[in-house]
Parts: sequence; C-alpha cells; structure tokens
Amino acid sequence: MAVLNEEQEMLRDMAREWTVNESPVTEFRKVRASGEPEAFNRDAYATMAQMGWAGVIIPEEHGGSDFGFLSAGLVVEELGKTLTASPLVMNTVAASAIVLGGSDEQKARWLPRLASGEAIATLAVDEGPSHDPAKIETSVSDGKLSGTKAFVHEAHGADLFVVAAKDGLYLVEKGDGVALTTRKLTDQRSHADVTFDGAAAEKLANGGDNLLDDVLDRARVLTAAEMLGMAQQVFDDTLDYLKQRVQFNQVLASFQALQHRMADLFADLAQMRSAVEAGLQAVDAGFGVARAATIAKAEANRVMHTMANEGIQLHGGIGMTDEYDVGFYLKRARVLEQSFGSSSWLKDRFSKLSGY
Amino acid sequence: MATQIEPATQTDEDAFRAEVQQFLADNFPAELKGQSNALAGVDGPTNETPAQTKWREAVGARGWGTPTWPKEYGGGGLTKAQAKIIDQEFAKAGAYNPIGGMGVMMFGPTLLEYGNEAQKKEHIPPITRGEIRWCQGYSEPNAGSDLANLQTFAEDKGDHYLVNGQKTWTSGGQWADKCFAIVRTDKSDKHKGISFMLIDMDKPGVEVRPITMISGTSPFCETFFTDVKVPKENLVGEEGQGWTIGKRLLQHERTNISGGGSLARLMGQSLGDIAKKYQPTGADGELADAVLRDKIADFEIRWNSFLLTARRAMEESKAAGGVSEISSVLKKLGTKLSQERSELLIEIRGLQGLGWEGDGFSDGELEAVRAWLFGKATTIYGGSTEIQNNIIAKRVLGMLDHQ
Ligand SMILES: Cc1cc2nc3c(=O)[nH]c(=O)nc-3n(C[C@H](O)[C@H](O)[C@H](O)COP(=O)(O)OP(=O)(O)OC[C@H]3O[C@@H](n4cnc5c(N)ncnc54)[C@H](O)[C@@H]3O)c2cc1C
Repeated sequence: MAVLNEEQEMLRDMAREWTVNESPVTEFRKVRASGEPEAFNRDAYATMAQMGWAGVIIPEEHGGSDFGFLSAGLVVEELGKTLTASPLVMNTVAASAIVLGGSDEQKARWLPRLASGEAIATLAVDEGPSHDPAKIETSVSDGKLSGTKAFVHEAHGADLFVVAAKDGLYLVEKGDGVALTTRKLTDQRSHADVTFDGAAAEKLANGGDNLLDDVLDRARVLTAAEMLGMAQQVFDDTLDYLKQRVQFNQVLASFQALQHRMADLFADLAQMRSAVEAGLQAVDAGFGVARAATIAKAEANRVMHTMANEGIQLHGGIGMTDEYDVGFYLKRARVLEQSFGSSSWLKDRFSKLSGY
Repeated sequence: MATQIEPATQTDEDAFRAEVQQFLADNFPAELKGQSNALAGVDGPTNETPAQTKWREAVGARGWGTPTWPKEYGGGGLTKAQAKIIDQEFAKAGAYNPIGGMGVMMFGPTLLEYGNEAQKKEHIPPITRGEIRWCQGYSEPNAGSDLANLQTFAEDKGDHYLVNGQKTWTSGGQWADKCFAIVRTDKSDKHKGISFMLIDMDKPGVEVRPITMISGTSPFCETFFTDVKVPKENLVGEEGQGWTIGKRLLQHERTNISGGGSLARLMGQSLGDIAKKYQPTGADGELADAVLRDKIADFEIRWNSFLLTARRAMEESKAAGGVSEISSVLKKLGTKLSQERSELLIEIRGLQGLGWEGDGFSDGELEAVRAWLFGKATTIYGGSTEIQNNIIAKRVLGMLDHQ
C-alpha cells in the first residue's frame, strides 16, 4: 500500500465507509434491475460529487480539490469493491483532458460543473471493438466533428464528450448531431456507439502532441484502480468462503491445494497493487507516465482475469449463480480488460516504449 | 455391455453406409438441416415442431440415437464402427442426433450395467426413443465435492421408501420426467449407507425451484423431496450399493463432458479464421497482432494434443471395455481448454465479444458470451477440476495423502 498523507487516508476511509454502507452490491443490482441505459443512480452520484469525489483531480480554482490521481484512485478502488455504478472514472478522465488541454475559457466553463456533478463528461476514442488509438477516422472541418465512436463508456449519462479526432481532442456537447445507439454488454453498465454528424466541436488546443496518449494513460490507471478494488473484493470474498465452507468434514481452507491457490492469488494481488499505485503516482509526478500506466493496466488485466475465474471456481456451484455477487465481477472484469488496452495491445506498447 | 462384433469386411461397412444414407434421404426433414438437438441439453422446455417429432421418432425406431445399446432394449445393437458411420453420415447431411440428454449420456449406460431386467425393460426403451427426460439428483447444499455426505433420506416403509431431503443444482429438474438420485438408506455408514433410486418428478412432494445462473438463464434447480413415496422396484442394485453405481455414472458423465463429440464440434472452427474477421491482417494474411497470434497458435497446438490424447485414450480403453481412469485427465483438460477458447474469442472480438443483448451483436456473438459464462461451470460439475486432480494424484499415481 502506498504511503498516504492524512488527506488521502481520510478520503479513502470516507469512500470505504460510504460504499460499504450506502452503495453495497445490492445497489448495483437495483441499477441493473431498473434497466435504464444510463445505468447509474443520479442521487448517489450527486452525493459522491458533494463529497468532492468528482473534483479530486480538478484544480482548486475550478472547484476541485486537486488531490491528484493517487487520491482519485483510492476512491475508485473502493467503488470497484462494491461495483458501484457511476460515471466517476470517465468523468475524471474527461476532466483531466480539459485540465491538460483546455483553454482558460474552456476550463472555467466546464471544470466547475464537472467537479460539482452538475455536468458529466466522458471520453470517446475507439472506433472499433478493440482499443486502437492509432486508428481514428473521426475528423473536423469548420468546427464540425463527424465520425462514429464505439462502445463509449457512460455515454448515456454524459453531457459532454471528449472526442478524439485525427488532429486532436475536441469537446462536443450532447445535442444536435450526436446520436447514441445503446450497446448492452455483460457488465450491464452504460455503453453506446456514438455517431457525431457535423456536431459542433471545440478543440482542446493546449495539450501538445501527446494529449491523447496522456489522457488515455489516465484512463488506464483509473480503470486499473477500479479493477484493483474488484480483484481485492473477489479475493477477500473467496478467502472468507473457503474458511467457512465445510466439505469432507473440514473447511475447504484446510486443503493444501487450495491454500497454494490462494497464496498465488495473494502474491498476484500484491503485484497488481504495486503496479496500479505506481501508475497513479506516476501521473501525479508527471514522470514516466506512459510506461507506468502500461504496466498498471497490463498487470490489472492479468491479475483480474485470473482472480475472476478463480473466484468462481473456488466458490463451486454457488459461484455460478446470479444470486451470488462473484459473477458480476467477472462480467465487469472482461469489459474493463478490453477497454483502453487489451493485454496484447499493452504488451506491444510496452515493448515499443522499451525500445524493442 | 455385450461384447461387440466388429464388421467383417469393408463391403459390410460400405453396405451399412449406404443404408444410413438411404435412411437419411427417406427420413431427415430438410428444414432441420443445421439444427441441434433441443432435447439433448437441459436448456429449456421443448415444444417440438412436427418435423422434429418425425425425425426423433424415425431415429428412435431404429435405435440409431443409441447405436451401440442392445437391440432388445431399443438400442441399435450396432458395433462402434457402425456407430461411427452413423455419426459421419448424419454430420455430412447436417442432421443432428435427436436422442440425447442425461438419459443417454449417463443414466442409460449405468442402468444397462446395474439395473435388473424389469428396470431395463421399463426405462431404457423410452430413452432410446427420446421420450423421457432424466435429471440427476446427486448434489445437496452440503454435499458437493463431498458427495457422499448427502443427507436426503429414504426410509424403508415395507413396499416403498419415503424420501425426504433437498437436492440442489439439479440441471433440467424443472423439465425432467424422472430423476436418478443417490439417497441415504442407512445413517450409520457414509458410503455404504447410500442407495441409487429412481424418482418420478411428478410425484406429490417433489418441488423444484429454478436458480438463475450468471449467464442469465435458469437451467438448474433446487429440488425438494417431502414425504415422496418411491416404490421398492425403483431401487437400482442393492441397498447400500448406491455409491458404487453413482460413481460409475460419474465416469460416464466425465467422458461426455470432456467430449466425446460435443466439444470437438464446439471447437470446430479455427480461432485463427475467426480472428481474421475481427482483427487487422498483414501483407501475407497473417494476424497483425503478434501477441494474439501467438496465443491462438499456443491454444490450437494444445487443443490438437488434447484431441490426440482423447483418441488414444479411447483406443486404449476399448480393450478394457469402457470408461477408464483417464476420464479424469480428459475431463480436466477438455474443460480447461474449452474455457480458454471462450476467453480467446473475447480477446479476438474485443467488446464486440462481450455483448449481453441487443441488435448490435450477431446471434453467434451473443451465444458465445452465454457459452463463455456457462462454460465456467464445466470445471465445477461432474467432479471439479480439483477433485479430478485428487483422483489422478491419489488413485492413478498412488500419491499418499499427507493428512
Ligand atoms: C451448471 C451446473 C450444473 C450442475 N448440474 C448438476 C446436476 O444436474 N445434478 C447434480 O447432482 N449436481 C449438479 N451440479 C453440482 C455439481 O456437481 C457441484 O457443484 C460440484 O460437485 C461441486 O460442489 P459444490 O458446488 O458444493 O462445491 P464445493 O464442493 O463446495 O467446492 C468449492 C471449491 O472447493 C474445491 N474443493 C472441494 N473439495 C476439495 C478438495 N478436497 N481438495 C481441493 N479442492 C477442493 C472445489 O473443487 C471447488 O473449487 C451442477 C453444478 C453446476 C455449476
């Protein structure tokens, strides 16, 4: 666990207390049952914003707390543990794009509203089902943006899209020229293909050539933080279960074959935590971000993948039921694994960044 | 089972092949081409179309859905070589075997081995005609891997047993006509107190509650028995022989899960071919994503070895006359590989491979997602992978328990 300052500890404890008490997995079940495509509870999100969570990486002058990404990650990790459905991750990533690339006017216009929860933003980059930021066809002429973005997270709740076009990132408000087609994935969260047809767009002109990569790296580390929380929870639940479930007149936890499995997962989880926290810290330090974020997401993918499978396997038949939570983690895990970098994409990027 | 006489000559085989082809031409309704057997699985209620009924009855009348079972009980009375010809010719014609389900896969072979004459006469023919659906009443809330811990009790009432208790994870319980169950007839001995009996699901006191699975369907149930009267003639074998019979049935189950045919069909299409439809390719048509390409090749090489292992095991066990200990190895390998394949399909398709519902996904894509989720159960049921490992380590390799 990274060494936290007092503010960060308070933030984490607050997030932990709130998710456990106010947003356990039963709340996610309610969201799922509602069948609403936006797939989150507006009241809960308003509360989260009131607690300052939507503004953790937003500068104080624009209504945020400017605690940084490690702090944001602490909150996101807790949300991941209980599968809290909210646009917080995507809103944070989109806000970071404005922080990095927005003009003073754009910042003043959007950041306070994103920090207060009054408006919600998301990121729209990929144009196909696999992450590939090198393949962008979306273009802008005369301030009108056209193109189709695939599987945009939290598209239904968003008021504002940060859209990747061939020549950079743009802000596009939901409205004329923006059409959503819902894509329902296994995680039962908000995803949509978004078609922009001559939608009014404003460029984020200040972020430099690496703006898209910088923003995607922020998406990677925060997604990895969500996965970290999920993996931790699956691990904890599985361990608890093995300590309770009796077969052959003994608790399952007493079987050496299972002890070793849990020991392996425990070690994996330690690796994942180190990688994710280092990714978040690299963003805050502004140094070695690409490499650290790649490692963070790659390790998150690897460990979460195994953790979800093992969680179900070690629960036995009960793990296969909708009544038990562990299946939800699996179904969310794969969606996140395929978002902002699959394992093979990340390995390729890592090799390139490392010069081989 | 009776010893098989291999066909004498190639001409016999050719003649039989022609007979199967003629049968298909006469009986297989063209509209069913490419369909699979809705009755075989446990996936749901079945309202057969007239064509499906006709096809099932035609195959059932010949006993060709259970080709190697004895003729006197409605089977085909054929050799393995002839059964293979039926398989091949059906596949060529796009025809499915309409006779299936747990009755065919596990209960029938077990009853043929352990049942008395009256039981075989009563229960085997309806299975060969696909008329009766069976479910498996083994697991209980506290008897999963430790199956012998089962507590459902059958009290001796003279001419019948009175059964009380709860089974769980009963696949297809809500659609089954009958249940083969292992129950306790003696509380004083864990293994020798178990008996194998047949319970009608429509008897008073039998209640089923479907359970929803992570794949969104409800193919299994909790099954409650409250003062259910089971006639004594429904006891298979002797009282106390249930553990032996029940385990025998599990061997058949394993062999089926690791697949004989079903997995092979499932795995049929090359992952590489699928990947080329979803992923960019280079100048020579190779997959551009080298990591993914490596993973697919790695998988397909191991899948190929698995098929070779399965074939070798089958040939080797022929001499032994039935299922063998290697069934544990095959079950463990086959289920793991099929899970890996499902995961690879997701990697290949990206988010397009994670659709839950809606227009944006093809039927094949959506089915693959549900199969991926359902497939997580294959390493749990039929004796989990961990239990297969225990069987291999202890019984096959003779490694001692340190505890
Ligand atoms: C989809 C599905 C369909 C099913 N259909 C049927 C059916 O039709 N009829 C029926 O009777 N049952 C059915 N089952 C039940 C199935 O047989 C049991 O789930 C299985 O035996 C495992 O038992 P359990 O679920 O109680 O898990 P547990 O026995 O509690 O096992 C939990 C975990 O601990 C591991 N474990 C247990 N003991 C050991 C050990 N000694 N050493 C190492 N690891 C161990 C297991 O491998 C597993 O990973 C079905 C199950 C599923 C998921």
